[in-house]
Amino acid sequence: MIGIDWYLALSAVLFTIGAIGVLIRRNAIVVFMCIEMMLNAVNLSLISFSAFHGDVTGQILVFFSLSVAAAEAVVGLAIIIAIFRNNLSVDITKVNLLRW
Amino acid sequence: METYLFVLLAVIAIASALGMILNKSTVNSALMLVINLVTLSGIYLLLNAQFLALIQILVYAGAIMVLFLFVIMLLNVDDEESLFAKFRLKYFLAFLLGSVIFAQILYSLGGVTDILPEISSDMVEAGTVEALGDVLYTDYLFTFEMTAVLLTAAVVGALMIAQYKAKKEGDSE
Repeated sequence: MIGIDWYLALSAVLFTIGAIGVLIRRNAIVVFMCIEMMLNAVNLSLISFSAFHGDVTGQILVFFSLSVAAAEAVVGLAIIIAIFRNNLSVDITKVNLLRW
Repeated sequence: METYLFVLLAVIAIASALGMILNKSTVNSALMLVINLVTLSGIYLLLNAQFLALIQILVYAGAIMVLFLFVIMLLNVDDEESLFAKFRLKYFLAFLLGSVIFAQILYSLGGVTDILPEISSDMVEAGTVEALGDVLYTDYLFTFEMTAVLLTAAVVGALMIAQYKAKKEGDSE
């Protein structure tokens, strides 16, 4: 049986890759998928803490975070479709109305 | 055995995550994310969280990724050209910021590494559907019902946002 630190390290690596992906990609859909991956990394650390404590509460929290992720995916993709209707592109560098 | 499985799954997860952010084609990125989600569900199984492993495949790899692929198909987006064709300051800053985040996480984990929990004896039955449902439908019943409200609100909001312009066009015609 491997220790909890390996699971936490994997979660940290996945979170970091997701954050870098959000920063370097310009395609809004890929940015969105990177956000989903960061949510998953946090879920992994919650589940590993829950399993190693033998406490089910962490897994309940993951359940709710899954449903929030589903709601977020639906609304986010709707927003991406709305952006595409306005700009005919999902390039986030072209969405610069609020840009400084 | 468990260690080998963990290493295998972790390597696949990290490789598919890297493949996702470095792939030019949006569809390939989405498929890489599916691989990542499925390996993560395997890791949940290693942690004895059977219910969440199942839900991960059903909700994420099933529903959410199909939604993503539908949107990609609907919008018919081009491949992103010149992802790494020329060196940009932006990429350098992104990797710098990413390593800062990684260092922060590792530092905060390092601070608590001596008080991390040992393997609990309750671990085996903590993640079953029975144990989860027991707590979900008693202690967290109200929150569970609120989830239904949240999902309904999300569906209605998505319809509002996505249909807005189509309705306006219908009015003007």
